[in-house]
Amino acid sequence: MAQRTPDASETGAGTATAFPAFAHRHMLGIAGLNPVEIDALLNRAEAMIPISRQRRTLPNLAGKTQINLFFENSTRTQASFEIAGKRLGATVMNMAMRTSSVAKGETLVDTAATLNAMQPDVIVVRHGSSGAVSLLSQKVECAVINAGDGTHEHPTQALLDALTIRRHLGRLNGMTVAICGDIANSRVARSNLVLLRTMLARTRVIAPRTLLPPGIGDMVDEVYTDMREGLEGVDVIMMLRLQHERSAGKLIASPREYFRFYGLDAEKLRYANPNALVMHPGPMNRGVEIDPAIADGPQSVITEQVEMGVAVRMAVLDALLSKTDAADA
Amino acid sequence: MRKPLLIENAHIINSMPYHDHIGAILVEDGRVSEIVKGAPPGAPDGAERIDAKGLIASPGLIDMRVFTGEPGLDYRETLESASLAAAAGGVTTIVVMPDTNPVIDDPALVDFVARRAAATAKVRVLPAAAITRGVEGREITEFGLLREAGAVCLTDGRRSIQDSGVLKAAMTYAYNFDMPIVHLPCDASLAAGGQMNAGSFSSFLGLKGIPIEAETIPLDRDMQLALATGVRYHAAPVSTARSIDVLERYRRDGSVTSAGVSINNLCLNQTDIGAYRTYYKLNPPLRTEDDRRALIAGIKSGLIDTIHSDHDPQDSEVKRQPFADAATGAIGLETLLASALRLFHSDDLDIMVLLETMTTRPAQILGLETGSLKKGAPADICLFDVDYPWIVEEAQLRSRSTNTAFENARMTGKVMMTIVGGEIVFKETGRW
Repeated sequence: MAQRTPDASETGAGTATAFPAFAHRHMLGIAGLNPVEIDALLNRAEAMIPISRQRRTLPNLAGKTQINLFFENSTRTQASFEIAGKRLGATVMNMAMRTSSVAKGETLVDTAATLNAMQPDVIVVRHGSSGAVSLLSQKVECAVINAGDGTHEHPTQALLDALTIRRHLGRLNGMTVAICGDIANSRVARSNLVLLRTMLARTRVIAPRTLLPPGIGDMVDEVYTDMREGLEGVDVIMMLRLQHERSAGKLIASPREYFRFYGLDAEKLRYANPNALVMHPGPMNRGVEIDPAIADGPQSVITEQVEMGVAVRMAVLDALLSKTDAADA
Repeated sequence: MRKPLLIENAHIINSMPYHDHIGAILVEDGRVSEIVKGAPPGAPDGAERIDAKGLIASPGLIDMRVFTGEPGLDYRETLESASLAAAAGGVTTIVVMPDTNPVIDDPALVDFVARRAAATAKVRVLPAAAITRGVEGREITEFGLLREAGAVCLTDGRRSIQDSGVLKAAMTYAYNFDMPIVHLPCDASLAAGGQMNAGSFSSFLGLKGIPIEAETIPLDRDMQLALATGVRYHAAPVSTARSIDVLERYRRDGSVTSAGVSINNLCLNQTDIGAYRTYYKLNPPLRTEDDRRALIAGIKSGLIDTIHSDHDPQDSEVKRQPFADAATGAIGLETLLASALRLFHSDDLDIMVLLETMTTRPAQILGLETGSLKKGAPADICLFDVDYPWIVEEAQLRSRSTNTAFENARMTGKVMMTIVGGEIVFKETGRW
């Protein structure tokens, strides 16, 4: 396992407490953010890491109400947002919508109106339909954070990935990043591609043609269908989860064939740069898209991604809601 | 008996017989009794004189693809409310699609629609009957009886017949009864789950795309079967540049088929969807600008015969949803002519050609006696000011549903009066 990277309290770097005011009301996607804004969010997240590691709580969101509105199950993202909110002093409420009024036919717009009437300060939304979070944001008066909408965007995932890369490699600019696997159905891939290109990284996707969306050439610098060619000389490898429902005779023929050609194992990893980072947004299908030995190996930063997730979500909540410009690190 | 009408000082435009001049139209007993150049003839006693100075007089528009909610979903649109929207849009004949609830697949239901329309509608309503029972694409309906009941053509509306054997049988049987078949070419498995045109824009939005071959493959199949059976086949709507290529190939082979396009695909493209605007979720989907240009070229070259509104009322409940969950379709009767005139003002299409696609050609395809201004023909007339500027406002629309793809759109050209069978069914109050 890769060594834990030091945080600001240990290096003395990034302890500046003033951050530029965030110019957006919501965090709906990476698209629309400029490099300066992304950098500022990453810096703010950097300052949150020691808070998180020291298990401290900041008063920045004291008295604020955060609703986690999850229309799709996601234990880890929901937990990460919940912890992030609590570390900033917010009151956090979780609503699992699969079991609530949605089942009784209430529309998303109705749900939005209902929640809005309860005067929350921020709603964190995950929804199975692309654009659903944007629609909801138009119907409420509070801030909205996209925790994943359909196959569109998952901005905090891209930010936590960027933070992880930056902490290990020092920068994003000029780094070659390969995203491998089910690109067509991945919001993680989309948000990451937008972010990485905005930050002037060199982007590649590697996948069988059936898992590439139409027009992918417009979204990425290079497209590969051969894993070895695609990994040649990359600094970062982002593996994507292969959804089970796509792995049987629909878009790929079988998990074993997939692993043979597109699973990350030691042999294929050798084509990447020697210390290339291995990343995965989780949850992993070990033995399908990634060899367990690689997932737990020295180049893997997968658990650090989870840790950065809390810091990034604290930073996003803070940027949207905090009246003070300081993270009080 | 109806009062005679004398329309004076109008710019009369009609392709067959050819009129493109200032003149007068005399209407008696619901029919055109005279069309003259220049000064009007003496008006008969008690005639209502209509000064149409500055206005174009064209045949009333015939819209070949209109969905209403009657029967079944009256809160979305009734035949009456659709007819009011049509009248305000200069549309004097609407062909109503059979995929209502229940589906119009039985002579008694065709009769029901015809009777309801006669009792409530302000414009001519021509029922289309389903090709297959329940528009399920499996068993053909009683084409002969449906025709006798008043069905003007056969179509499965929003549905496309997947089984080639069923379609061939339907075409053969339709040929037998001389009934035109109007069919949406769409391969359900290729289009499955699709929300918009497939391409980098759909990928960027994270929406599943509908590839162009979902249209071109069934279109090609349909054209082959039409050629083999000899049926009067109208491919509609088509939406892609490649479909024009397919049509051209068969036109060379001497096919007597025709094709239609939605006004939406002529005036808008996929980028109008922007950030998930569901009023632009349509079927066929809005395509690229290249496709739009190709469709316009297809009208110019005669490969596309008709323009229809694809009027499809959907309430806000089913439209104010995430894009993938939202209903498909937009209303368009009231804005059909105004939006079509954009193609005239942009110098893309000649006004004569443009009007033919919405008057003469649909009438020929369906075998109607309307669609032309000529002596003895029913007096279905549209008077419009081709340069009148206005803004489409949701609240002003007559449709029961407000899902227009032209909300707040700036239009140049407005219908000032609509006449159906010699009766004035719409007057723009500002003008008269």
